[in-house]
Amino acid sequence: MQHVAIADQVDELHDPTSFITKYIWSQDHKVIAIQYGSTAIFVGLIALALSGLMRLQLGFPDTFDFIDPSSYLQFVTMHGMIMVVYLLTALLLGGFGNYMIPLMCGARDMVFPYLNMLSFWFYFVSVLILLASFFVPGGPTGAGWTLYPPQAILNGTPGYDWGIILMLVSLAVFVIAFTMGGLNYVTTVLQARTSGMTLMRMPLTVWAIFVATILGLLAFPALLVSAIMMLLDKLIGTSFFMPALVSLGENLDYTGGSPVLFQHLFWFFGHPEVYIVALPAFGMVSDVISVHARKNIFGYRMMVWAIVAIGALSFVVWAHHMYVSVMHPAFGFFFATTTLIIAVPTAIKVYNWVLTLWKGNIHLTVPMLFAIGFIFTFTHGGLTGLFLGNVTIDLPLSDTYFVVAHFHMVMGVSPVMVLFAAIYHWYPLMTGRMLDEGLGKLHFWVTFLGTYAIYLPMHYLGFLGVPRRYFAMGTTDFIPASAQDLNASITIAALIVGAAQMIFIYNVIVSLRHGKKAGKNPWRATSLEWQTPDVPPHHGNWGPELPKVYRWAYDYSVPGAKDDFIPQTQPVLEGEQSEEAEAMRK
Amino acid sequence: MSLFKTLQEKPWETPEAAGSIAIAQDFDPAKIAVRFIMAVVGVLFFLFIITFLARSQYPDFEALAGQPWQPFSDASRLWINTFILVFASLFIQFGVRKAKEQRQDAVVIGVSLAAFFSVLFLVAQLDLWRGMLAMGFYVNTNPANSYFYALTGIHGLHLLGGLIVLANVVFRVWYDDKFSSISRPLQHCATYWHFMLGIWVVLFALLTSESETINTLAGLCGF
Repeated sequence: MQHVAIADQVDELHDPTSFITKYIWSQDHKVIAIQYGSTAIFVGLIALALSGLMRLQLGFPDTFDFIDPSSYLQFVTMHGMIMVVYLLTALLLGGFGNYMIPLMCGARDMVFPYLNMLSFWFYFVSVLILLASFFVPGGPTGAGWTLYPPQAILNGTPGYDWGIILMLVSLAVFVIAFTMGGLNYVTTVLQARTSGMTLMRMPLTVWAIFVATILGLLAFPALLVSAIMMLLDKLIGTSFFMPALVSLGENLDYTGGSPVLFQHLFWFFGHPEVYIVALPAFGMVSDVISVHARKNIFGYRMMVWAIVAIGALSFVVWAHHMYVSVMHPAFGFFFATTTLIIAVPTAIKVYNWVLTLWKGNIHLTVPMLFAIGFIFTFTHGGLTGLFLGNVTIDLPLSDTYFVVAHFHMVMGVSPVMVLFAAIYHWYPLMTGRMLDEGLGKLHFWVTFLGTYAIYLPMHYLGFLGVPRRYFAMGTTDFIPASAQDLNASITIAALIVGAAQMIFIYNVIVSLRHGKKAGKNPWRATSLEWQTPDVPPHHGNWGPELPKVYRWAYDYSVPGAKDDFIPQTQPVLEGEQSEEAEAMRK
Repeated sequence: MSLFKTLQEKPWETPEAAGSIAIAQDFDPAKIAVRFIMAVVGVLFFLFIITFLARSQYPDFEALAGQPWQPFSDASRLWINTFILVFASLFIQFGVRKAKEQRQDAVVIGVSLAAFFSVLFLVAQLDLWRGMLAMGFYVNTNPANSYFYALTGIHGLHLLGGLIVLANVVFRVWYDDKFSSISRPLQHCATYWHFMLGIWVVLFALLTSESETINTLAGLCGF
């Protein structure tokens, strides 16, 4: 119980006055969160457009002159990298982490506001560097989002000259930005919680972001190391990763480096990265489900333990991405086993979400729809992960559309479903207005059904053996001609889903001005972020006095209580303790 | 362990009064942050070293020590640099001790000398680079050379970062004219300095290892 720090730094607060200090060089965690979020969504839309172009080529080959094999590979690469790193990581941790941690812990701001501001601007620079690669000679890199050497920096790969350098530099800058932000998140959680907010009273959102940030702090160095070493290989001619090879009939100066070494480094970052994205989504969806089912989250402690266990295990599964690289069978066995073990805490979480819904007072609001949609998509994506986690099943399925379908379901669609749930849920807090519910439901149903229309057939294409990353199938005996019809239908579904996101963007922009006024605590939630004196919260969040916390964040539908929710700031009523203790005894 | 105890709490059972569990703790976020920074930097160098060991098992790798013509068979230059960094660490620790005693003059001397020796270390490392280049040990002639330049370069950059933070600490104390508040930030700087010294000692050991030692280490790691 000694983990509570009282950190009221009210005398250090200076309300920003000018436009620039308030909205540009802001040190307020809420403004930084919005800056992070809007930048991330902006690049995310670019990545969405790129996926549309890819689908056009796959669905209707030989139709579009402006997509050649090189540009196709560039679209694939940039789509993947932007979505995973610059959208999901930045929006979940930089956006929601920044917004939620101080408000949910009862702090006035992050503990290092200046560092927090630097974090955003470094992120912004990394985005600019990344986007700059569209405008350099040769265009962006087309090496695939995994950037495997030796091909990533060799003549013949699109963007092998400028594009790959800009990509690596941008990633290095992103890692620095993330580290600055991450230091803030963990330190704020550990040091700036308000009176009464013990670690085990924190909402699962904060727990999940906290653990994900620790993962990020320990995993991103692997990306930095590989980026630095590959840059040296490219620019100075070292041979960390580059083997001795002949390119276009010419002996290159590289001597016996190890490309597999890069793969190990990359995936030592890459696998935790999956959970850096997934864990915050797990946390936020837990809170959304609990609020909209008017029921405490089922198995809170188990949920926290599962988050911690997943975080720890995520560092010992990385080589399951490398079964088709060279690997000793014993290692394959080891990594298959750890991969299956990590499914246990993950499954516990899924059961607990479902059990939270069970006999709950379910309100099918838009956030709830997205949260339930997430349970579906995540279960489907997770189950195909069990297939691919086994070496013998992975070998034939590797590099087919089955893999594409799997990871899009599990770490593409699922976190995005949670992001939508979270935006619909917390938009009223951020802006003081509700998003339009009708448009929201339309957005949900098109997105939810549309993603199934896209990814369910892809599993089938994978079973047929259709390889991923190919610009065109050509004539291949084992792939029936009907696979092309499937591809065309996937493309149509993808374009519809892509267009449906414009409904969301429209909703977000128009509701800023014309949305229904939200008032205080429109979802009747218990957690601290809804208990601020002003909505949206002002600079410093809490007015003159920090809130005091008396209970956990999940007191919904408590028997005998006046309302169906008791805010965390509500002092314990007389007799409440004994009544609960009695209920426990029964 | 308190972490396990914390994780076993049942928050739904104990709606106590907030006052009873709000134990004001030492509020020192910078201390936590420095620990996390050391963890991050530690992982960074750990990964570099692991790849070093993995890469060392390929035939083109030639260790930098062992045979007479290899540069670190005589490691006296490295020893000098190490002693310079040890002095930096000692003086910053001296500064911390004097800051606790609130002796301003002594702190100024300690911090200045620490900064001086740190800069001297960086210059000496650059001179080491110059010497290596003069002997024909270029960055890309051998993976061991590449690692030498990469590891020392990144270590130097981290020390440079520490110097910038130290300058910021000194500047803030000077600017606010609040000498009494220097003790804790200086302590954090000292922790980081000792950590960078520790990293350097590990790198020193690695770079001056002969190929048998490296092969044994790599074997232990399973390469």
